[in-house]
Amino acid sequence: MNTQVISLVSIGAHPTSGRPRRAEQDARAVELGLQMAGDKLQVLHAGDIAEPTLRSYLGMGLAQLHVLEQPPGADALPVLSEYLRDAGAQVVLTGSQAETGEGSGMLPFLLAEHLGWPLIVGLAQVESIESGVALVLQALPRGQRRRLKVRLPFLATVDNAAPKPRQSAYGPAQRGELAAHEVEVEADELFTGAVLQPAKPRPKRLKVIKAKSGADRMKAATAKASGGGGQVLKGLSPEAGAEAILKLLLEEGVVR
Amino acid sequence: MLNTLLPILLFAALGLAVLGALRRAAMWRRGRASKVDLIKGLLAMPKRYMVDLHHVVARDKYIANTHVATALGFVLSALLAVLVHGFGLHNRILGVALLLASVLMFVGATFVYLRRRNPPSRLSKGPWMRLPKSLMAFSVSFFLVTLPVAGVLPADFGGWLLAALLSVGVLWGVSEMFFGMTWGGPMKHAFAGALHLAWHRRAERFGGGRSTGLKPLDLNDKSAPLGVEKPKDFTWNQLLGFDACVQCGKCEAACPAFAAGQPLNPKKLIQDMVVGLAGGTDAKFAGSAYPGKPIGEHRGNPHQPIVNGLVDADTLWSCTTCRACVEECPMMIEHVDAIVDMRRHLTLEKGATPNKGAEVLENLIATDNPGGFAPGGRLNWAADLNLPLLSEKGRCEVLFWVGDGAFDMRNQRTLRAFVKVLKAAKVDFAVLGLEERDSGDVARRLGDEATFQLLATRNIQTLAKYNFTRIVTCDPHSFHVLKNEYGAFNGDYVVQHHSTFMAELIGHGALNLGQHKGSSVTYHDPCYLGRYNGEYEAPRQVLRALGIEVKEMQRSGYRSRCCGGGGGAPITDIPGKQRIPDMRMDDIRTTGAELVAVGCPQCTAMLEGVVEPRPLIKDIAELVADALLDEPAPAKAPITREPAEVH
Repeated sequence: MNTQVISLVSIGAHPTSGRPRRAEQDARAVELGLQMAGDKLQVLHAGDIAEPTLRSYLGMGLAQLHVLEQPPGADALPVLSEYLRDAGAQVVLTGSQAETGEGSGMLPFLLAEHLGWPLIVGLAQVESIESGVALVLQALPRGQRRRLKVRLPFLATVDNAAPKPRQSAYGPAQRGELAAHEVEVEADELFTGAVLQPAKPRPKRLKVIKAKSGADRMKAATAKASGGGGQVLKGLSPEAGAEAILKLLLEEGVVR
Repeated sequence: MLNTLLPILLFAALGLAVLGALRRAAMWRRGRASKVDLIKGLLAMPKRYMVDLHHVVARDKYIANTHVATALGFVLSALLAVLVHGFGLHNRILGVALLLASVLMFVGATFVYLRRRNPPSRLSKGPWMRLPKSLMAFSVSFFLVTLPVAGVLPADFGGWLLAALLSVGVLWGVSEMFFGMTWGGPMKHAFAGALHLAWHRRAERFGGGRSTGLKPLDLNDKSAPLGVEKPKDFTWNQLLGFDACVQCGKCEAACPAFAAGQPLNPKKLIQDMVVGLAGGTDAKFAGSAYPGKPIGEHRGNPHQPIVNGLVDADTLWSCTTCRACVEECPMMIEHVDAIVDMRRHLTLEKGATPNKGAEVLENLIATDNPGGFAPGGRLNWAADLNLPLLSEKGRCEVLFWVGDGAFDMRNQRTLRAFVKVLKAAKVDFAVLGLEERDSGDVARRLGDEATFQLLATRNIQTLAKYNFTRIVTCDPHSFHVLKNEYGAFNGDYVVQHHSTFMAELIGHGALNLGQHKGSSVTYHDPCYLGRYNGEYEAPRQVLRALGIEVKEMQRSGYRSRCCGGGGGAPITDIPGKQRIPDMRMDDIRTTGAELVAVGCPQCTAMLEGVVEPRPLIKDIAELVADALLDEPAPAKAPITREPAEVH
């Protein structure tokens, strides 16, 4: 695959200690990018080049990591979209939500809007890219996958359905290069102007267990949420039955 | 005729041997530099050979005596043969001496032959089966050709037929013994072994010393390789050490991973390293294979990566770093060093630590503990104990190093028991609390030297802030690392295992102990306490003080079998045919003991992981805490009380 792939990375925070680390989902974006483009993958970060945690991405075997230098509190959106447009990126991968900073999960949406590109949420696998069209699998809840056809360029977020990131190794992390790019700094007004306050845990819905047996519980835990759109046909002629089935298959896109 | 033929044969073989030695030395010199005092080492070698090495060999009396006879006989006969037959010094006394030496050698060779008649599986076959015959050929031939010199027989006895036969015998003998010694025959062990003893990387091991801490990597030296990728990345004296292997298989017999059917055999590993340093395939290896891996499919040379050519990665990750192989090795080869060196490359360069390895290392970096628990919870186990913090006291007698067992509910019982003992003995102690970090043991054994050094330097910085006389810990792994591995980073402390400390307390009468009640007890020696630090006695002393007569396992003391929990083995979790702790539990069961005393959180966890019914597992601290009596020790005199009036 000779596609220009760029993965966006941020600084993560360990869930129990809060210390900076390689962000879990961003690392998956890098892993997916490495699987797609190998050495040609570009990795991009907007922020402080002096942050030592950036090296843990280099430890995944990257020769270089591009950093758009920004002080904390600056808006990453304009500089990223400008860079991506100029870099001729065809596929941009990013985690769904940052572990530090605002962490609103809005960046991919806003970026896609700025660039005017399609956005895939929860990319699990890129099956093929041919003549400007990518065939990808999108992760849905309960392990389901949806096959999508997207034209290039597109932006995709990855979540925990994407392949597990490879281990970050010390040697490559030390040897890799952090390439600084000077950019115009724009303050993120939403972030700097607002007051941060700790989030309250969302109240939990009371769980009423209706299942009587283990089999029921298993079913409740694994069964697909029923759509309720089904139809029971009785006493039809074979022709009418076949027609109804064909109609459904056409609707679902199984038969074209 | 023999008088002209023998010098030619002898000197030709010796000349070829010198050529071979130079060739072999060139192979070792492909390795990296190592700081060794060459002259001092050579001078120290005879003593190392006759004292330290003999000490290890003498554990097996049969082979020790055999070897003394054979080796002494050979060295003497070789020297005398060169004088008598090489230089033609047909002196009668020399001749008689040569006769005696060759008889001695022949006796030794006979016992080698007897051992080889039905050899145990740990011994290598192949060319090694030929060796006793070669030894006999050498000794018998030289005995016979020397008879005329000693004046026993006339000079021209036997005619040309016997002369021809004898020259064939001498040819066979000197080919094996001189030429084969440096060209890779079984006798290579004598040549490489002697030099290996002289230029050993851990000279401290000789003269009764101990050197078990891993050697640090210089991470600031950008030109130095991060661990060993190719055979030439070993230091030259490590390569020499591999060549010293005599393939006796004592390591194989002691290796817990091999016994569990995991793909590791220390002997084969060392032989693979020999293949690596000389180039070739492992097809000629005539011993036991790595379990589950056929022989002959691996090849390598000094400039080719070792992993996935010469050795598979799972072989390296099977090792529990228990040092049983190093302890048993009569050639004092350092298997564990080599394995960790190769692991370092896999982790630091390839990012290929298997299974949970990567996760554990990430946790260590982000949370200072392998489990990824919130660092703020490090002292939760002692929430109600009101432990004195060193940050508040500033100085104390005993710094209680808690270790990562603080996060493990089973080990918290041990920790609480030990605190009870400390309090009962009124020890002036304190803990680091949240300032403590993982000692770096697991990171280091998994090859992540960078994370180890990060943790070590931070711990050393913390410790430098305070004043304490000694560190006491319940974890032999922390004990070993603090005691033996922090020194390289300027962290020198007096460190004690809690068993040693409790033995001292008991010795001073600081504890008022009752007797252990009930069940019979055996004791499991943790590798990192025993083999790594030579502490076999203190735990037994403590147990004796509790009135326990330890029912020793067959494999105890320096021969103790690993629980399977060391070296990150539970993290990398390489599959085998059975589990190491199950085998150890069988050892325990054979003693008939109902309780096994342990002194290590890893051993506790591994042994408790064995399915019931099985003997109970208790830490020594728990046994001591259970036996504590409430009243203070001197109050044993009966309390006199006014008799109550009775009407």
